[in-house]
Amino acid sequence: MTSREILLETRHRISRVADVVRRIIGVPDYDRYVAHTRTHHPGCALMTREEFIQQRLVDKYSRPGSRCC
Amino acid sequence: MSKVLRAGVWLLVALAAAGAFARLALSRGETISAAWLLTAAVCSYAIAYRFYSKIIAAKVFALDAKRATPAVRLDDGRDFVPTNRWIVFGHHFAAIAGPGPLVGPTLAAQFGYLPGIIWIVVGVALGGAVQDFVILAASVRRNGKSLGQMAREEIGPIAGMTALVAILGIMIVLLAVLALVVVNALKSSPWGIVTIGLTIPIAMLMGIYLRWIRPGRVLEASAIGIVLIIGALYAGRWVAEQPSLAATFTMSGISVAIAVMVYSFLASVLPVWFLLAPRDYLSAFVKIGVVAALAIGIIVTLPPLHMPALTQFTDGSGPVFAGKVFPFAFITIACGAISGFHALVSSGTTPKMLDSEPDARMIGYGSMLMESFVAVMALIAACALTPGVFFAINAPAGVIGTTAASAAEWARTAGFTLNPADMEALARQVGEQTLLSRTGGAPSLALGMAQIFSNALGGGTALALWYHFAIMFEALFILTTLDAGTRVGRFMLQDLGRHVWEPFGRVSWYPAVVLSSALIVAMWGHFLYQGVLDPLGGINSLWPLFGISNQLLATVALCVGTTVFIKMGKAKYSYITIMPLIWLTIVTMSAGWEKLFSPEAKLGFLAHAKVIEGQVASGALPAAIKTVADARRMIFNDYLDAAVTIFFMVSVVVILAASLREWAACLRGTKPVVSSEVPFEAVPVAGD
Repeated sequence: MTSREILLETRHRISRVADVVRRIIGVPDYDRYVAHTRTHHPGCALMTREEFIQQRLVDKYSRPGSRCC
Repeated sequence: MSKVLRAGVWLLVALAAAGAFARLALSRGETISAAWLLTAAVCSYAIAYRFYSKIIAAKVFALDAKRATPAVRLDDGRDFVPTNRWIVFGHHFAAIAGPGPLVGPTLAAQFGYLPGIIWIVVGVALGGAVQDFVILAASVRRNGKSLGQMAREEIGPIAGMTALVAILGIMIVLLAVLALVVVNALKSSPWGIVTIGLTIPIAMLMGIYLRWIRPGRVLEASAIGIVLIIGALYAGRWVAEQPSLAATFTMSGISVAIAVMVYSFLASVLPVWFLLAPRDYLSAFVKIGVVAALAIGIIVTLPPLHMPALTQFTDGSGPVFAGKVFPFAFITIACGAISGFHALVSSGTTPKMLDSEPDARMIGYGSMLMESFVAVMALIAACALTPGVFFAINAPAGVIGTTAASAAEWARTAGFTLNPADMEALARQVGEQTLLSRTGGAPSLALGMAQIFSNALGGGTALALWYHFAIMFEALFILTTLDAGTRVGRFMLQDLGRHVWEPFGRVSWYPAVVLSSALIVAMWGHFLYQGVLDPLGGINSLWPLFGISNQLLATVALCVGTTVFIKMGKAKYSYITIMPLIWLTIVTMSAGWEKLFSPEAKLGFLAHAKVIEGQVASGALPAAIKTVADARRMIFNDYLDAAVTIFFMVSVVVILAASLREWAACLRGTKPVVSSEVPFEAVPVAGD
């Protein structure tokens, strides 16, 4: 592998680890929402990133099921 | 591996577990290594997971990888998202593990390590992990329905309503007791106050960063946050070292309590992106990091346990909390053995993320075993302290007095050794003015952890930093539970209140938001305030109430589980949920009964009220109660605690009676046995 390939490979790995960490701590996944809506509900209006994050967070902190003692 | 070899390995694991338990039980008078506790726990977990959870997975639910989960069928890119099982495991574990499994075992160490380790390990294998797994699997089969919905649909409307009101009651008691733990850890500690106080602007800064500077870059913001809180740790030390500044930041219990209430109120009405969410990310990182570090520290140092297997306090004469080992060891340790609260998480976000049905076993049963392991580590950290130090920190001033000399004298009469000069030196070493009567479990756990960390890394010079790091870690995620809990409580209250007065239920109408948040804070704040003023330390009366309420919720969950089993036509396996259900009923009812009617003033709420009434009547109030008004307020609080206990006990009876009726009807055939599961739908084949 050339050094450029190694760099790309490393970057790719780091971004995958970061993705796992984000999902474990429950960060709203906007890209997945966009991908999902585009494939499965093509006519539907998309929320902006900000709207989506806001909506997910408000929802998360209004139910007793998201946390424990 | 051949069958014989595999059987041989499992036999060895079983023997190791049994051997370690025997060593723990038979040890008398000598200090033994924490390795025995770890072996007993880990080998038992392995056996329980491999064999017991398999019965539930294969025989009861027949979890099927070909059956599509709600996440797959209802994928909406938001709530329902099929997710890799290790990610769900981490997410679920981070949601269930909080301060509960750390505090309970620390307090229960007053009986010695043996009752704690037995209940944590046996309780989780046959109770806690079963509950989490069964509720998760049941919810997955019902499109991710919540515990409250399942209670209503499986058992009946009365059970459903009782469950809803009980959940709100439990939230209130939980928030009050956790707030009290924080208050006791931060009062008269300028270092702690400054460090924890700084975490609030740090979280806000992260919120602003995520909103405007680099939207959505959570990991970057968290990394900055972590660096800043380490800075806050040093800032706290600097303040504590400046006499004039230290005096400014030395707060009484009451002032800390008021600050915590104001903070929680503000956090619950401010927009979530500003404070709640960034704080939660920070707390998740710190939580996972510290739990991992503690595990490594304990495994590396294998500290000797100075606490005896059983102390003389099993007879109920203990200073940390009142009551005999039965039932109070089983009430004091809820999280870590069985925690009803988990049923809310198992029927909340998690069931909507499962990619494949069989994952429920690892996520439901497995992460509860992890939490139980956290409880074992907390028990080890507490028992690694010498009993003299442990009790000097955890016993209220009403018992051990207010000086190191009086604490040492108490320890001597109790048969432990404590050198007053050492106790004072220890406080100085961790950068505190005093460690005496810092009840609530957090300071003694922090000391235990600090010793383990500084030993693991060699040399005891960093003890103070480690101690305050541990305090910060506990306070950080207790405050995260307080603010998020207050917010959730507000929504629940608005939902209930809307039946009385419609506008109260409008979640975006500011007056209703402010009013409901204030009401929730006032409710838990009342218990907190009472706990701070209580000469017996508050934890003494509040922690058992919390334990009883948490076990009540577990009773609801196990009733739902049993009903689900019966309606699936798997009544012959219902012993799996009925066993822990019977045990919990016995435990909650007898603990509730004793808290109400015990003639001992230390234990029974009514007896305590009577003693103070007598003192008011005769005009001879003890030194700890300053005015007649204070005495009257204490009497009122005793009656309030008694009323709350009665409410929890009545709830248990109502849920049990409703469940028994339902089971009898199903088993007798007067009601058709129909499972409410969503019908089988196959996983779509790849390429569809």
